[in-house]
Amino acid sequence: MLSRTADNLYWIARYMERAETAARLLEVGARISLLPTAQGYRNEWESILQSTGTQGAFGAKYGEAIQRNIESFLFFDRDNPSSVASCITQARENGRIVRTALTGQVWDALNTAFQELRQIERTPRSELELSRMTDWTMKHAAMVRGGIEATLLRDDGYDFLNLGYALERGDATARLMDVKYYVLLPRMGVGSGVDNDQWSMMLRALSLNRAFHWAYGGDVSAAKIAHFLILNPHCPRALITCVTDTNSHLARIAKMYGKSTDVQAKAGALQAELDTLTPDAIFEEGLHEFLSRFIRRTAEIAGMVHNTYLSGDMR
Amino acid sequence: MTQHFNEMYLGAAVRDPYARLEAWMRTMPADLRIQKQAEAEALFRRIGITFAVYGEGGDPDRLIPFDMFPRVFTHNEWARLERGIKQRARALNAFLVDVYGRGEIIRAGRIPAKLVYQNEAYEKAVAGFVPPKGVYSHIVGIDIVRTGPTDFFVLEDNCRTPSGVSYMLESREMMMRMFPDLFRENRIEPVDRYHELLRRTLTSVAPAKCNHEPTIVILTPGHYNSAYYEHSFLADLMGVELVEGQDLFVEGEFVYMRTTEGPKRVDVIYRRIDDAFIDPLCFRPDSMLGVPGLMDVYRSGGVSICSAPGAGVADDKAVYTFVPEMIRFYLGEEPILNNVPTWQCAKTDDLKYVLEHLPELVVKEVHGSGGYGMLVGPKSTKEQVELFRQKILKDPGNYIAQPTLALSATPTFVAEGVAPRHVDLRPYCLVGERIELVPGGLTRVALTEGSLVVNSSQGGGVKDTWVLAE
Repeated sequence: MLSRTADNLYWIARYMERAETAARLLEVGARISLLPTAQGYRNEWESILQSTGTQGAFGAKYGEAIQRNIESFLFFDRDNPSSVASCITQARENGRIVRTALTGQVWDALNTAFQELRQIERTPRSELELSRMTDWTMKHAAMVRGGIEATLLRDDGYDFLNLGYALERGDATARLMDVKYYVLLPRMGVGSGVDNDQWSMMLRALSLNRAFHWAYGGDVSAAKIAHFLILNPHCPRALITCVTDTNSHLARIAKMYGKSTDVQAKAGALQAELDTLTPDAIFEEGLHEFLSRFIRRTAEIAGMVHNTYLSGDMR
Repeated sequence: MTQHFNEMYLGAAVRDPYARLEAWMRTMPADLRIQKQAEAEALFRRIGITFAVYGEGGDPDRLIPFDMFPRVFTHNEWARLERGIKQRARALNAFLVDVYGRGEIIRAGRIPAKLVYQNEAYEKAVAGFVPPKGVYSHIVGIDIVRTGPTDFFVLEDNCRTPSGVSYMLESREMMMRMFPDLFRENRIEPVDRYHELLRRTLTSVAPAKCNHEPTIVILTPGHYNSAYYEHSFLADLMGVELVEGQDLFVEGEFVYMRTTEGPKRVDVIYRRIDDAFIDPLCFRPDSMLGVPGLMDVYRSGGVSICSAPGAGVADDKAVYTFVPEMIRFYLGEEPILNNVPTWQCAKTDDLKYVLEHLPELVVKEVHGSGGYGMLVGPKSTKEQVELFRQKILKDPGNYIAQPTLALSATPTFVAEGVAPRHVDLRPYCLVGERIELVPGGLTRVALTEGSLVVNSSQGGGVKDTWVLAE
């Protein structure tokens, strides 16, 4: 397929996943802010911004990190390329460019999200509850994804879409955890009420609260959460799951094109590392250090996907 | 103004082809009509058939108004139109081969040399080159108006990249989806072979150096273009890639597209960009849309470009006057479809006549399109007429004038119910190894009462066009 087509498909997925992440972050922030948090914690809203790496841009434009401003920034603001509005608009624009590579159902889902977004933008803010906006975003992200799964041809375009999803999702989970990594450090005394509440809020915002308890039972502990979100292949947002998805789609592409490249090798190496990793080893390295390294390696893989398949420079 | 011809009625009687539609119209409850109209609009918007108007601002995703009342031709009416359209398409292509070759028609004194060789659309870069199968214009859109039961006139020819065929196809889809009963009651010729015929046409003009099943692409200026929907629609129907200039590059004797598997050779380019943007090395150096070096590959038979660069010289409004002459000269036939009588303001006598009769005439710019920069005398105020008079006097060679034709009208759904509105017709004639025409075309309708301007950029709408089976 045309490299530009593959590139647009890949970015549809990344943007839709990113919109969903922004909505989930908003939800986490809103829920945490409802807790009777002990003094001395950093402003929760600020940690939300930190995870998206947009603290600077936010501060310059809005100043104070209060809920209304954060909502504006993460949901509506077109100057913020990671806001829900920006992501959905971009995804739909990418979809429009490659209209022929999508089924009617996928296009319909993208276009409907965009048309409804324009209505939401015209609605007075006083009539918009945060929960309604986040639910709306997740619903439309699910409709696009459902359309892809149910109707799209399983050709290379499908693989590039899924690569986009897997890489974006792994990056998002890692960033989300990184914001809260200090709560997870064993010596910080995990088990205190506040930390547990924060983690369970986060699991809830990831729609993983119940799944976690089904899988692990008993009390929440740092090791369990790290295992769940990093190493458990049953968890749909775990880093290992995203890396496995990345590998499987890269492998399909290599098979289809009859040619394996450096990017397959690179992603394979990351998989091999995660496959044998333990929570203890992660904490030994340092959770923050591990997550930073993961984010970097994911970015390297994404860069290689771009150079190899999406830029059109391959000879 | 003279009485116009209403295609549904002959005096008080309903004309045969509209008989069933008349009953359909009469018995349709108003609420059903409103509901169906809303349904159609929602569908069009969902599919994404929208249309952007340059420089107008406003909604970038505007819909072209769709009118549910079909326009009908009998089998015999169409048979004559078809012969006339194909005849014209043949003559236009013969003319193009000639003027980029020996120029016999000019030597024979049948058309002034200046009009051809000094025409802006004449591409010196392709002089002496004969494209595959001797075809320059592969998709000829011929705009036709009707003024009476048997009176048809050609308003203009579009030899470059006529647009609108997606509306022809989508309007039919919409009608079949919303009113299947109509298609059971009336025997209507299908138009859905268009994309197969287009693909076959493009395949048939593969370049000399192509010795395999040719790879076809559609070249679009990009998704900001107002006709982008149509470009992607056609690519999808034909199963070919929709490329932008940046997706293509020239290496050695061939053109390639950038794919995820590496370069892939391209043999036939159906381009929907203007000549000036095809190749920055050959035409406009500032263009970002084209492909550097493409023209060299084209001239050495490494790729076919449809329509061929230079085809525009045949559809110029000044050259238009000579199309009947072309038909006689190249085909030895009499034209089946007439031109509208045209005065060339470049000629002194014509100019004098035009200036004296300005309030009765339609005046157009020679190179204008889209219904812009024109004067419809009977519909204009004195001030507008005077203003236009000054424009003509400043540059007479830039204008032609035609009598204001009483365009036929067909019943159209309007706010108050059903009322006659003026229409024209654009069929799409395909020219390759063979000449093909699907039975139908795009009917454009001027939705404003009394208006004669049907262009979609000026508030025109579209309707389904039926040709009844024998």
